[in-house]
Amino acid sequence: MDQKHDAPQVDAVTGYSTTGHEWDGIRELNAPLPRWWLGVFYACILWSIGYWIVYPAWPLLTDTTKGVIGYASRSEISVEMAQLKAQRAAQATGMADATPAQIKADPTLFQIAMAQGKAAFGDNCAACHGVGGVGAKGYPNLNDDDWLWGGSPAAIQQTIRHGIRVAGDNDTRVSQMPAFGRDGVLKREETVAVASHVRELAGLPTEPKADLVLGRKVFADNCAACHGAAGKGNQELGAPNLTDAISLYGMDMASLTETIANSRNGVMPGWAGRLDETTIKALTVYVHSLGGGQ
Amino acid sequence: MTVGEMIGMLIAGACVLPLILIGALTENSGYAFHAMLGAAAAAASMILIGNRCFDGSPAVPPQEIDGKPNYTMGPVKFATVAAMVWGIAGFAVGLIIALQLAFPGLNFDLPWTNFGRMRPLHTSAVVFAFGGNVLIGSSFYVVQRTCRARLAGDLSPWFVVLGYNLFILIAGTGYLLGITQSKEYAEPEWYADLWLTIVWVVYLLVFLGTLRKRTEPHIYVANWFYLGFILTIAVLHIGNNVAVPVSILSPKSYGLWSGVQDAMFQWWYGHNAVGFFLTAGFLAIMYYFVPKRAERPIYSYRLSIIHFWALIFIYIWAGPHHLHYTALPDWAQTLGMTFSIMLWMPSWGGMINGIMTLSGAWDRLRTDPVLRMMVVSLAFYGMATFEGPLMSIKAVNGLSHYTDWTIGHVHAGALGWVAYISFGAIYCLVPWLWNRKGLYSLRLVSWHFWVSTLGIVFYITAMWVSGILQGLMWRAYTSLGFLEYAFIETVAAMHPFYVIRALGGALFLIGALIMAFNLWMTVRCEEAVDTPQAHALPPRQLATA
Repeated sequence: MDQKHDAPQVDAVTGYSTTGHEWDGIRELNAPLPRWWLGVFYACILWSIGYWIVYPAWPLLTDTTKGVIGYASRSEISVEMAQLKAQRAAQATGMADATPAQIKADPTLFQIAMAQGKAAFGDNCAACHGVGGVGAKGYPNLNDDDWLWGGSPAAIQQTIRHGIRVAGDNDTRVSQMPAFGRDGVLKREETVAVASHVRELAGLPTEPKADLVLGRKVFADNCAACHGAAGKGNQELGAPNLTDAISLYGMDMASLTETIANSRNGVMPGWAGRLDETTIKALTVYVHSLGGGQ
Repeated sequence: MTVGEMIGMLIAGACVLPLILIGALTENSGYAFHAMLGAAAAAASMILIGNRCFDGSPAVPPQEIDGKPNYTMGPVKFATVAAMVWGIAGFAVGLIIALQLAFPGLNFDLPWTNFGRMRPLHTSAVVFAFGGNVLIGSSFYVVQRTCRARLAGDLSPWFVVLGYNLFILIAGTGYLLGITQSKEYAEPEWYADLWLTIVWVVYLLVFLGTLRKRTEPHIYVANWFYLGFILTIAVLHIGNNVAVPVSILSPKSYGLWSGVQDAMFQWWYGHNAVGFFLTAGFLAIMYYFVPKRAERPIYSYRLSIIHFWALIFIYIWAGPHHLHYTALPDWAQTLGMTFSIMLWMPSWGGMINGIMTLSGAWDRLRTDPVLRMMVVSLAFYGMATFEGPLMSIKAVNGLSHYTDWTIGHVHAGALGWVAYISFGAIYCLVPWLWNRKGLYSLRLVSWHFWVSTLGIVFYITAMWVSGILQGLMWRAYTSLGFLEYAFIETVAAMHPFYVIRALGGALFLIGALIMAFNLWMTVRCEEAVDTPQAHALPPRQLATA
């Protein structure tokens, strides 16, 4: 059965004739191109030609066609950036010379600082401190009124600028709690006892077998110098208040013994140089307003 | 022993020792593993070729038996099975990385299971391993049947199929071991690229040789698309991967292109991988399997000519639309965008020709879920090829680029079009290849269809919403000129959509598992027959008026 060159047949369903070829039982109708299809195709081509006339399009020997409206995406973005900068500069007059406290007192400046501070916080701080500044283990909650290094606008600004334990920055916040266990200052039972005493200071229940007498003595000998005899802390030294239930690394016995035995010494980068002074000022106002500014 | 077998054994034998040496001398353990894998493959080839010489079959199989072409179906069978295995692996890895995006803890903090390594494993497994095996297998089937000629070469079709799967193995294990040149969809390093080049050139020669041997006077349209796909992929692969290796003992290489030229090459490659691998190649599948399954002639020969040439001429220009608003010069962005718009109708030509081929056979959609799958694939194809030009418009791209919208668009094409037309073709092929009267169960095909369609709909809608939400949040400014949302807030906002997406992916995977079971039972149960009801209806082939 040779079907190579059949005479074209007419398909009863569609009314179109075939091309007369057949491959493995497949034939082809010779239906014309759908008119709407051809029309839209031509329209797309015409639209493209129009676009080429208006915009930069075809490469020439040493240059390209420029288009009749002189469009360039670089100038478009620089115009938009300039507008944004002008808007920010116009509303920021006054911010540059004002202290964070003055900004807080001025409703207009305060509104701008909060908007700028929120954007800057989200892109630079939220990764560690959380979106709303809620913090996480090792990263302080910024919504409460428990401050390690001070919650006044000036103190916050200083912390943001120079960070905490930043190597090579003389103005950074620095203090170092000894690793009492690792360095062999305290024995195991002393560490456990003083941890129990810290829970006692915070008003948390202690285990019945806890040696609180030993704990109080160890605390007085080793911890009180920085944390104070009553454990109220010292913001000059970044020594946390131990009498509240707020804690950076946890108040359960396991976390406390880990802190006492090995110390923690977390770090925060300094942002001076990375962020401009106005942004740092806005961040200061924003953080100060989150909840517990002093 | 034929000359070809002798040359094959000699080449394979000559490779064993150098590869073992490279494996022993290199300091990179992943590269050493690949060298040893290559040595094992070369040794195995020698054994396989040697076996052929002693198994009693004639050295050169006859071209025809009883006046009918003696078709080569072994490599087609292998590629079909490989496609299903890789497909399920690729869908499973896709589900894992979708879950990783929703729940980052699932990265397990291990380098091998990290999203960055699993993601290219997913894309390569589905595009190149699943899609590639479907393309190679179906092209070897279709070119023989429509040329009425046995495949050119005897060892070479096997070399193409096995060599291609060796490439897949090297690429996939390389990603997990951290070997990558960091070019999207072209991650394999220089030695894998060289190997693929050899395999691909042989593939081209086998295909051309078979066309040359044809006993039909004309070349069927499916073969134009296959040839366009094979040729262009060769050019793209070489163009994007030219690189200088640091040493023969190192997997690392440096590409010849740099800066914005490199980006342009990358997306010229990347977009045409979509155009010629995932569009032209799968249109070839459509042009054979849809008319076969529907038992109707192709709707318009003229449309197939016009849309074929328009498609391959225009597609090759569209790459720069991946680089809107970047360092790429404006003129190149303009051309990329306008050619993408002009591509809309040529793309739709294939959809029209496929869907209109069903004229007079529409009732078959009720009874034949395989045909239904292929027709729905054409609908998804039409949707994705409308969405593509839309997203290439700079104003739209400014919102959609870098967002999940792109991921949704890609999966409308990949799940809806590429995978569905492949599933349809495989459902047709397996009974034909294994001489079964029909599939084990058409009900299971129906289940596959509905479960995975639901999965696709979940996936795409979740990514549309997530992508547009993401794009709008990124660009939202307050009246004071500051960004409304921090980046992390946009990430948090996407979480529910990532969970829905993973659910969609899970449904798609379940569908593929149903399919694998159905095919397994089709091959196993020789007697089970479940053919479409339509055969009981009056014949709808060509009626002479």
